[in-house]
Amino acid sequence: MEKDVSLSNFTNNDTGVPRSNGSATAKAHELAKAQRDISIAEFFEKNRHLLGFDNKRKALLTTIKEAVDNSIDACEESDILPEIIVEIIDLGNDKYRVVVEDNGPGIVKAQIPKIFAKLLYGSKFHKLKMQRGQQGIGISAAVMYSQLTTGKATKIVSKIHPDEPAHYYELKINTQKNEPEILVDSVRDWHKDHGTRVEMELESSYMKGAQSVDEYLKETAIINPHVTIIYQPPKGDQLLLVRVTDDKPVQPKEIKPHPYGVEVGMMIKMLSVTKEKTVKSFLMSDFSRVSSSVAESILENAAILSKDKPSKMSRDHAEKLVKAIRDTKIMMPPTDCVVPIGSELLEKGLKKEVNAEFYASVSRSPQVYRGNPFLIEGSIAYGGLIPKEGSLNLMRFANRVPLLYQQGACAISEAVTSTSWRQYGLQQSGRNMPQGPVVLVIHVASVWVPFTSEAKEAIAHYPELIKEIKLCIQELGRSLGKYVNKKKRVGDELKKRSYIETYIPHISDAIFEIIGDFDKVSFEDKLRETLEKTRGKVEDLKFDPSKNLDYDEDLASIGKDSDGDNDE
Amino acid sequence: MRILLVLVKIVMVIMMNDALKKIKSSADKLKDDVLKGNKAELEAPVRSLNNVIYNKNDGFFELKGLMKKRTLTANTVKTFAQTLRVMSLSKSLIETEDIATKREAYYVSKNWDEARFKEQNESDAVMDDIEAMFSVNREQLGFIADEHGGSVAGELVVIDKDPNSGEELRIDCTRFGSGAYSIPSDVEHLRFETKAKSMIVIETNGMFERLNKHGFWRTANCIIVSMGGVPTRACRRFIRRLSDDADLDVFVFTDGDPYGYLNIYRTLKVGSGNAAHINEFFCVPRAKFLGITPDDIADYKLPTHPLKDVDIKRIKDGIKNDPFVHAHKSWQDALSKLMKNGKRAEQQALAKHGLNFVVSDYLPEKLKKPDSWLD
Repeated sequence: MEKDVSLSNFTNNDTGVPRSNGSATAKAHELAKAQRDISIAEFFEKNRHLLGFDNKRKALLTTIKEAVDNSIDACEESDILPEIIVEIIDLGNDKYRVVVEDNGPGIVKAQIPKIFAKLLYGSKFHKLKMQRGQQGIGISAAVMYSQLTTGKATKIVSKIHPDEPAHYYELKINTQKNEPEILVDSVRDWHKDHGTRVEMELESSYMKGAQSVDEYLKETAIINPHVTIIYQPPKGDQLLLVRVTDDKPVQPKEIKPHPYGVEVGMMIKMLSVTKEKTVKSFLMSDFSRVSSSVAESILENAAILSKDKPSKMSRDHAEKLVKAIRDTKIMMPPTDCVVPIGSELLEKGLKKEVNAEFYASVSRSPQVYRGNPFLIEGSIAYGGLIPKEGSLNLMRFANRVPLLYQQGACAISEAVTSTSWRQYGLQQSGRNMPQGPVVLVIHVASVWVPFTSEAKEAIAHYPELIKEIKLCIQELGRSLGKYVNKKKRVGDELKKRSYIETYIPHISDAIFEIIGDFDKVSFEDKLRETLEKTRGKVEDLKFDPSKNLDYDEDLASIGKDSDGDNDE
Repeated sequence: MRILLVLVKIVMVIMMNDALKKIKSSADKLKDDVLKGNKAELEAPVRSLNNVIYNKNDGFFELKGLMKKRTLTANTVKTFAQTLRVMSLSKSLIETEDIATKREAYYVSKNWDEARFKEQNESDAVMDDIEAMFSVNREQLGFIADEHGGSVAGELVVIDKDPNSGEELRIDCTRFGSGAYSIPSDVEHLRFETKAKSMIVIETNGMFERLNKHGFWRTANCIIVSMGGVPTRACRRFIRRLSDDADLDVFVFTDGDPYGYLNIYRTLKVGSGNAAHINEFFCVPRAKFLGITPDDIADYKLPTHPLKDVDIKRIKDGIKNDPFVHAHKSWQDALSKLMKNGKRAEQQALAKHGLNFVVSDYLPEKLKKPDSWLD
């Protein structure tokens, strides 16, 4: 805001607008005194909501989420089965100490300070790969928050090999320069062969419930069945969320950006950093699906010579390139770079959390939006122990990360509410969440998930995404509808049978009254037999809570408000 | 006369016993079928205009023979239970020589737990079914109508007996002043003495009161009866018995609309589709329609109302489906005329020419002009 004001003042002076009096000059000088670099600390203070630190409770969750997401990503990239330890210690006065420790590959010594104490530094921003972290902003933002609210340094231990020493750092961020400030740099013994441990103190508050750390860790365990999480909450017993499979998910392939997904700013940046010598080879090697002939037709459309040097390209050229790309037919990107969890594992995860009478799941084939491959999967649970009152309970996931906040702003919610659920046997008024005992899990996997903000809480409303999510929901809905109808039919049948039971004695009583003595019992038995014979067998749809062997009651109770530990 | 009465009594008792026998054998057959594992069924004639035929010689609607079979299944088990319950109630009424009004029977059902009737029209329908099933009338089953059968005034002595003492009662229908004799629900035992030549049967109580107040029955030497809308079975049976016994002409005087023509006049004369199995006893084939005819509306320049949608529907339905209308060209013409004019007129519309115009002019004129009647 300050910057905008000062810019407009400059413009006025530059264009030589006549100065009617001296006071305007004085004003400019006065403003100049206030004009200065905005420190990232200030920027953070003002925009903390964009990063997920808008309140104390959420700050705790965001900090742990960023650390855990990074840990799992690192393990998977190194083909290690993740084992994450999370510890929260209540220090009183709304201060908490958070420890997250993994068995990942560790971080090379030189990188440690930058990764933790420099905002917007990371390996992920320039990559198009399906993974949890995307921006390289998360964990350093947490360090910043810790520093701003407690003044304490963040402590890091990391080790990359059993033969190497563990490096210990105490770090802060220089908020003027956005550079790491190293307070302690030493070597120490560590029992682990490799891994990383982060410890920080922050102002926050711990609560259970729908948007809690407990809930986040539980959903993470459900959606990542290969991960073990050992969690010590600030009070109560340690929780062990043990992996249910040793099969690691297939490592997603990294892909180069597809031309359709690149905008002018990105194009300028890519032109400036490319190692290629000509524009044509730049297009061919830095993008996916650009063959020699495709590159030539792009350049022809853009009226740029193929031998031109990328470094010589102006902003104007970049714009022409982007426009030319839109006018050129290019094959869609390869889609094997998005890896589904799979309908089977997704359903298994849901069964652990919810003991229902009916489950269905769908994993759809990959699609593309703006040159980015993506894939939608979903699983639905109905009835059983799910409360009958209330609306559909939606669990959202993006690249295997649970989304707990901003449900209303999310494309997944939009897809759910714009689906007509009545045809599937649920009640729904207008474009609201349908009512009924339903839990719906939707997982969006993509090389680039378009979040509405850096806090990664809600997915942006791209029509291609919403359409595909709706198709997934409709597939699930059709299975659900079939079951609900069948259940209704069976219910009607059972009602009819109880009807028979109700009226048989009246018939035999009346006949007895009319004709006098006769064998009521054998009459009633025979009548019952005749009436039921014609009705055939009824399928037994009665809910048996013990049938779901995957259901884990202890797990399901994690994060619930009614948890026994919450006895304050 | 006395011998006839005794005969009627004997016939009644035989008929009652007949109903009882039919109830027992039907329950017995049902029991046997169930025990043998056969289909258990109840069968009754279809009760609608589709299932009646009419010929002028017999003078009433007769059953065509369409039967409705109801098989005992899970879907019909409640109806079966209720039907058998009502049959059982009827059996005990007959055996104890008691009666129950339709309303009372409905209340008795409240003891039957899940088999109870929610509304009286449900129990009425079951009674109608049983009646048709056994080809007996409701009174033979021990059930009587809730409403009284109509009002009577004129030169008539009705001979009844005291329900408690059995003493003979002579009721002089000239001596009710501004009131009238009320037709009881059971008229089979009544005897009549009269010197009148005809009966005028009137749709509305209002018109009946006007005729009674002016002693019209005295001047016209007739007996007047108010039906109060569609006549009850008792009223129809009373008119039939009195007109047969004393050989009286019967003239029907209703509003000039399809309800008066088809629902009131037709039902009185030939019976209804719904009660076709008993029409033989409840019809009055000698009845003639006096007014208000479509021609009267024009001739007397009566004030009119436009036909309502339900009137138009009733006319179309009558022309298309009513066997009685099919058999009478005069009624087809009358209904068509009414339809063409699109107007209907009430009995009271005659008051346009003076309150007593109906007594002083209309009825005397009409009674003198047989070709203005409809058959």
